Amino acid sequence: MSSPLPPASPTDAGPAAPGRHSPAAEFWRKFRKKKVGVASGLFILLLLIVAVIGPSIAPYPMEKPDYNHILAGASFAHPAGTDEFGRDIFSRILVGTRISLWVGFSSVFLGAVFGTFLGLISGFYGKWIDTLIMRFCDILFAFPGILLAIGIIAILGPGLGNVIIAVSIYGIPVFARLVRGNTLALKASVYVEAATTVGAKNGRIIWKHIFPGTLSTIIVYFTMRIGMAILTASSLSFLGLGAQPPTPEWGAMLSNGRAYLNTSPHVVIFPGIALFLSVLAFNLFGDELRDALDPKIRD
Amino acid sequence: MLKFLGRRLLGLIPILFFVSVLIFLFVHLIPGDPARLLAGADASYSDIAAVRSRLGLDKPILAQYLSYVSNMFHGNLGTSFRTGRPVVSEIGDRFMPTLLLTLVSMLWSFIVALVVGVISTIKKDKWQDYTVRFGALSGISLPSFWLGLMLMQLFSVQLHWLPTVGFNSWKGIILPSLTLGSGIAAVLARFTRASLQEVLQEDYTRTARAKGLAYNLVIWKHALRNALIPVVTMAGLQFGYLLGGSVVVETVFSWPGEGRLLIDSVGFRDYPVIQGEMLLFALEFILINVLVDILYAVLNPQIRLE
Repeated sequence: MSSPLPPASPTDAGPAAPGRHSPAAEFWRKFRKKKVGVASGLFILLLLIVAVIGPSIAPYPMEKPDYNHILAGASFAHPAGTDEFGRDIFSRILVGTRISLWVGFSSVFLGAVFGTFLGLISGFYGKWIDTLIMRFCDILFAFPGILLAIGIIAILGPGLGNVIIAVSIYGIPVFARLVRGNTLALKASVYVEAATTVGAKNGRIIWKHIFPGTLSTIIVYFTMRIGMAILTASSLSFLGLGAQPPTPEWGAMLSNGRAYLNTSPHVVIFPGIALFLSVLAFNLFGDELRDALDPKIRD
Repeated sequence: MLKFLGRRLLGLIPILFFVSVLIFLFVHLIPGDPARLLAGADASYSDIAAVRSRLGLDKPILAQYLSYVSNMFHGNLGTSFRTGRPVVSEIGDRFMPTLLLTLVSMLWSFIVALVVGVISTIKKDKWQDYTVRFGALSGISLPSFWLGLMLMQLFSVQLHWLPTVGFNSWKGIILPSLTLGSGIAAVLARFTRASLQEVLQEDYTRTARAKGLAYNLVIWKHALRNALIPVVTMAGLQFGYLLGGSVVVETVFSWPGEGRLLIDSVGFRDYPVIQGEMLLFALEFILINVLVDILYAVLNPQIRLE
């Protein structure tokens, strides 16, 4: 689920005449002026590249212990120092990028798919279906934040796969409510009324006429939730409910490093910086994306 | 107002019902036989059967639910597997530390967010504003467990100013509440800024400016009062985030609160305590939402009349 907008826009932006703006061209015209947005987008691109090639560019094998260099500080040989087994922390952070991004993307994607589906149905059909789905969301909302995820993990058991399930369930009501609101507004629009009048089937109206209208909101929220999902997943790993120790997941590395905080703070500092910068990049990108996509803010 | 209150409280009943069903089903949702799970790993068949009839797991599921709810209203949430004590007393012991931590965190973050939000508005698009905006977004992106560990490293390990863990003196709450409140301070600062800027576009603030009042006075006396309404609402909603965040922060600082009890219970598969904790957190959150709604109606008469 790479965001479909940025790659499509440069080509669209070129031939567009000054008076004529396709939505994508309009978006790109606004977005490229946002230095922070572009910079965070580039950083995310870098993260994606590291996620793909991380294990092959890591200077050391991530599991290889080196008992001669235990808990060594940062140096030229080990840019982020070594951990309690003498493993190179920088290499482990590089390998861990894939895990964090994968957990973030997949959990938000699953939550977005199910949430969008529920939101479209709820908003379009209304009546008892709407009541049922919104009650379901209320119940999920009754367990604030990470608590719902912890409850789900308590049922399913700890592990990275279950963290993805837990975090995605936590995203379902958010997307469902958002998309439902948009659907209600679009359902009242003239073009949906026109489609109904010419006899278009409900499924076609939802998929062809309403869903595209909700897409920009979904994309913005999708980006903003990824940072949150990465943070939640690593918190769960830190609490011992997600990735388990040998895995170089950033939260799990921090959890392990706690024991050495007094003597070797670098064990905790560097994985935390990686986590912070990744989440910040997604949040900044989502923020700027919202400004560029929000039809209410026209310059 | 009474009518509004009645309607709001009536609306709670279905949510409370479904939440109680979900929490009741919790033990049944765990893969495997709940009786075997509750009896322990090395229980014999007769032990398991005894547990099944003692807990009423051999009865129809509806009867089980009814007795669960009836027990709940009598303050009986079962017995902890780990300590053998009633779940209610396990949870009760941890209540005050968590309450204290969340209230202190909310208080400082609310005050800081207001001040910073106003500064950001007064100095719009100047370096102060950019600093606040960037700081707020960083605050949202900071992993709280990492921030906690860094603060601990700096103030306890390096400078020896504050204790690393503990609940013994007032000094012990500084680092945990700083850690827990930072995310909310960031969210609320952003929200205050947005809300203030919206209010500043209204006619009455323009009038206040036009009649020659100083800009700062308009902000503090006229605009902030109205801008506060959505901020208060947001602060209430952020309590949910505080409850969730307390789980992580309590683990970092070994704070003897509900969150740590929950995590310890998940580790020990102490299902009655997990159930009790989930119920408590859900009830707290639902209650806070109602209070926020009422507060909102008090602050804003339009809502009541709808």
